[in-house]
Amino acid sequence: MKTLNNIKAVNEALDIAMEKWNEVIVFGEDVGYEGGVFRATEGLQKKYGEERCFDAPISESLFIGAAIGMAMNKLKPVVELQFLELGMASLQNILGHMGRVRNRSRGKYPAPIVVRTPMGGGIRALELHSGAIEAVFAHTPGIKVIIPSTPYDTKGLLLAAIESNDPVIILEPTKLYRAFKQEVPEGYYTVPIGEAAYIFEGNDLTIVTYGSQTVDCQKAVEEYESKNPNVTIELIDLRTIKPWDKKMIIESVKKTGRLLVVHEAVKSFSVSSEIIATVNEEAFGYLKAPPMRCTGYDIVIPLESGETYHQPTKEKILSKINQLIEYEF
Amino acid sequence: MQFIGKYDPLKNEKIQILDNQGNIINNNIEFDISDETLIEAYKIMNLSRKQDEFQNIVQRQGRLLSFLSSSGQEACEVAYAMSMEKGVDWLSPGYRNNAAWLASGIPVRNIMLYWTGNEFGGQSPEGINVLPPNIIIGSQYSQAAGLAFGEKYLNKKGVVLTTTGDGGMSEGEVYESMNFAQLHNLPVIFICENNKWAISTPYSKSTKSLNIAVKAIASGTPSLIVDGNDFLACYAVIQECLKFCREGNGPVFIEFDTYRLGAHSSSDNPDVYRPKDEFEKAKLDDPLTRMKNYLVEKGIWSKKKQEALDSEQFEFLKTEFEWAEKNKDYPVSDVFDYIYDQKPDFLVEQLAEAKTFYPDNENKFGGDK
Repeated sequence: MKTLNNIKAVNEALDIAMEKWNEVIVFGEDVGYEGGVFRATEGLQKKYGEERCFDAPISESLFIGAAIGMAMNKLKPVVELQFLELGMASLQNILGHMGRVRNRSRGKYPAPIVVRTPMGGGIRALELHSGAIEAVFAHTPGIKVIIPSTPYDTKGLLLAAIESNDPVIILEPTKLYRAFKQEVPEGYYTVPIGEAAYIFEGNDLTIVTYGSQTVDCQKAVEEYESKNPNVTIELIDLRTIKPWDKKMIIESVKKTGRLLVVHEAVKSFSVSSEIIATVNEEAFGYLKAPPMRCTGYDIVIPLESGETYHQPTKEKILSKINQLIEYEF
Repeated sequence: MQFIGKYDPLKNEKIQILDNQGNIINNNIEFDISDETLIEAYKIMNLSRKQDEFQNIVQRQGRLLSFLSSSGQEACEVAYAMSMEKGVDWLSPGYRNNAAWLASGIPVRNIMLYWTGNEFGGQSPEGINVLPPNIIIGSQYSQAAGLAFGEKYLNKKGVVLTTTGDGGMSEGEVYESMNFAQLHNLPVIFICENNKWAISTPYSKSTKSLNIAVKAIASGTPSLIVDGNDFLACYAVIQECLKFCREGNGPVFIEFDTYRLGAHSSSDNPDVYRPKDEFEKAKLDDPLTRMKNYLVEKGIWSKKKQEALDSEQFEFLKTEFEWAEKNKDYPVSDVFDYIYDQKPDFLVEQLAEAKTFYPDNENKFGGDK
């Protein structure tokens, strides 16, 4: 066991993957010599050479297009977009090509690419550094979308993504890169893509969340339960956004009868919309209250002075928990 | 090297061997091509032209969805695609590459199947490295750069060819790709078939650049301008460029100066926007006429042979289209089968639901089953 934070977990997963598969090629802006602006790729160029880990010119569209070509030619490219929203130029190739290559070629050319990028707010950043647009990717057929929150999951899911035969986008919550450490097994292991995890088990309310909000949700649940000893809350970390773990969430909602979905992305047309719609379709008869959500507002993410207005907070989550527990039809 | 570094795009120098009557005007260029290869190339050029004509007819009859005609561009397309080594080199095409697909070995029936709306037609057969048509232009350049990275990294011998039009050259990704390929010294031939029209936008409204080839210079990529309607010039240049790439000299860019004789697509009418006199003048440079005249003059082609070829190819196209038409439908599972390596549960559920609405198609062609 090793004690790692999230960014070290990324680094270790990449190191193991490059050791294991000669086909793994890691590239993006500043990822080579410097090891990335967050140091996710630190030491990899030194260890594996400039051909396998290199700085690329700022041309995000090319990154993904070239990765598609590499993948069709039997390589395993792992691309870093420096910040999710600064990589918008890559969307044409992510949405227009990456997820369609397999279908377009009827399976002849799969495109097993991993795109990693920091995402999300709470980091006091400039404009276009704090976005959470996971729904854009989840909305696109052919792509898998992962948002890990712990070092254990970050390492295991990244290795699973590199192993996968499909294109995978891993959105890494910037706020959590160095927020805490966790014991992580050494060597190779994977966390299955598509499986959620229980943070807490409980009987009276299901909270589904992911990414940076797992931390706020844990605090909210602990606080609520300490004040309301008769109530237990089931907190689930989704981990994979697409395909999401419908089975676990439906089972949980059937048990608790109440659902809250928490994420920092904007409210409308979001991951919470999808989860709540599905719960309504498949577990409506079990509900003791209407499913609710605690999300970012449908606004352009404010700069630092206004940032907290946008984000779900422990207080906002507690308010929703209260509404759900006390709801009467 | 006869061309690279010798013909200067900054001086607008263009490589040409045949004039528009099919007479040799440049005896200084040396290259090796047999009569058999010339005839084979001409037959593919003719087949592609006939296929365009045929498909226009069946499209008007409502039997074909839509397609993008290569008429006018057959010389360069056949020259570069027939020069590729099958199973070794790659073609990362755009959508207007009918003659290139034929010359690279894609069966006519597959191309027709694609234009009748069956994606299986876009899958190149075993042993032929051709990507499916790229509908968003520009991206084929970056995919080509990635493929070429793989060739170099895996110590393979292939050269990657990719092609777009003068319209596609306005996409930023085109420059990004050449820059990347040059940085990594990759074996890729970037091609622009400058056919002077991007749907209804003329060349003059796409760029103020001296020519297209100079656009490669900024990335450090050597570039050439070739008369794209002159098969001999195209063939000679592509041989040299393939050799240049195979020898590890990095990428090269070729502008084939040509003209789109047909519409942008079968849904579009160029008479609305294209000056009539420009079109009439362009027809005088038709690559097929030029090649035919050259072959007749050389004594290896005749009017009689042409008539026989036309009728043989027409019958062949008819048969192939009948096959494509019969096999264009597929079972509902096919639209779910290739989205992911293994179907996630949500697709399994959606497929099950779809099957209750579309239960009768299971015995249809649906690709390679």
